[in-house]
Amino acid sequence: MIPSDLYYAKSHEYLRIVGHEALIGITDHAAEQLGDVVFADLPTVGQKVQSGDTIGALESVKAVSDLYAPVAGEVIDVNRELEAEPGLINEDPYNKGWIIKLTISDPSQAEALLRADAYEKWVEEGH
Amino acid sequence: MSPNAKPKRTPLYDRHVALGAKIVPFSGWEMPVQYQGITREHLCVRQHAGVFDVSHMAIVEVTGPDALAYLESLVPNRVSRLKPGQALYTQLLNREGGTLDDLIIYALQGRYFLVVNAGNTDQDLAWLNAQRKGDVAVNHLRDWGLLALQGPEAEKILAPLVPADLSLIPYFGLWEGDDLIVSRTGYTGEDGFELFLPPGKLLPLWDRLMAAHVTPCGLGARDTLRLEAAYPLYGHELDASTTPLEAGLAWTVKLEKGDFLGREALKARSLQKKLVGFHLEGRAIPRQGYPILQDGEPVGEVTSGTLSPVLDTPIGLGYLPPNAKGPFAVEIRGKQCPLKMVALPFYRGSARSR
Repeated sequence: MIPSDLYYAKSHEYLRIVGHEALIGITDHAAEQLGDVVFADLPTVGQKVQSGDTIGALESVKAVSDLYAPVAGEVIDVNRELEAEPGLINEDPYNKGWIIKLTISDPSQAEALLRADAYEKWVEEGH
Repeated sequence: MSPNAKPKRTPLYDRHVALGAKIVPFSGWEMPVQYQGITREHLCVRQHAGVFDVSHMAIVEVTGPDALAYLESLVPNRVSRLKPGQALYTQLLNREGGTLDDLIIYALQGRYFLVVNAGNTDQDLAWLNAQRKGDVAVNHLRDWGLLALQGPEAEKILAPLVPADLSLIPYFGLWEGDDLIVSRTGYTGEDGFELFLPPGKLLPLWDRLMAAHVTPCGLGARDTLRLEAAYPLYGHELDASTTPLEAGLAWTVKLEKGDFLGREALKARSLQKKLVGFHLEGRAIPRQGYPILQDGEPVGEVTSGTLSPVLDTPIGLGYLPPNAKGPFAVEIRGKQCPLKMVALPFYRGSARSR
């Protein structure tokens, strides 16, 4: 079940937006495609990003998947639990497996993202 | 394979799907890459046992009074030393000494089996037929199945299921029964067997292995296991521009045995590169194609890499110039990750030595 209160990027990141902050991770669909995550290559706190920038990577045994910033902003926190437990991304992608927190510089960019129904359809189409 | 050809499935496809396998395209086949997870399957093979459906690989039967002479002239290893019941690992070379495929040749009663990579099947069959000399027949046994049962418990698991005395089969030896051929070979570095099943025999044996609670394992774990054992994979450590000597396989090349296809080129060619193995510090994983740098300049390339499930560190194989001296680093997403050269294999499992 895709959480209905989140925003989604076509590149399979989700955003949980609270005020001007966004908590970013990858959806359970993406986590399942990737396989067991063994390493999360995270951005540095303070890094400024544009929408579409590569801000990190997730390594599984079989493949590496880039992480993209769904909106522009500044990285204010990264999930340090992932260093010892990268598998949290697979176990609990929407909560304990969050990856990056950023302040959103342009809130209108969120409107260009998908909501739950549209993301589900995107996945069903085979993306 | 033509781009529109329908992907092939082994007879076990429905079994894999029912077991929850993630199916992926592989060399024109739809194959299970994992069931429970690559790391879990990998560790299960190292600690207990696992079974792989490798029926996508091609079993090629070679028969005829001139079969030995034909094979001896075609591959760099010494086929004439095989008595029925023995196997060897070798390659098919082009005239420049480059590798067209790597394979195992199994000497049976009155015939040979060659098992070649799925991705090279069509080219290999064309090559084998084009190189035929004398009274030789080359026959692709497309309705046969092939399983690999690998791990320290493989013999204990298989013993009640087959009429052979498995304890008598040496490493790279084999036993021929009416319904099945069992070789003590594999691609994991563990003790284990490859099981050759004539038509109709694959599903019953698979079902008996599942009833015995053997863990099914996919191509993902097959790759991480062979990499820890430092076995080459065609398309990575071996390709048409790479000789077996460059890939660290000189022990399989018998230049002194007499003429074989590619021998003159191998003798004339100097080594352009050498295969090395390494660990990386940190957790970023080296992957095929990543540059290997010396003083910031690319001098080589990674051919395979993963996070070793057993060693819990990133490992990789790659090529460097023959006389290159370090220190070296792998470039991963713009960062230089220092590498530590190690002796191979990365991990020595329960496979017996010759």
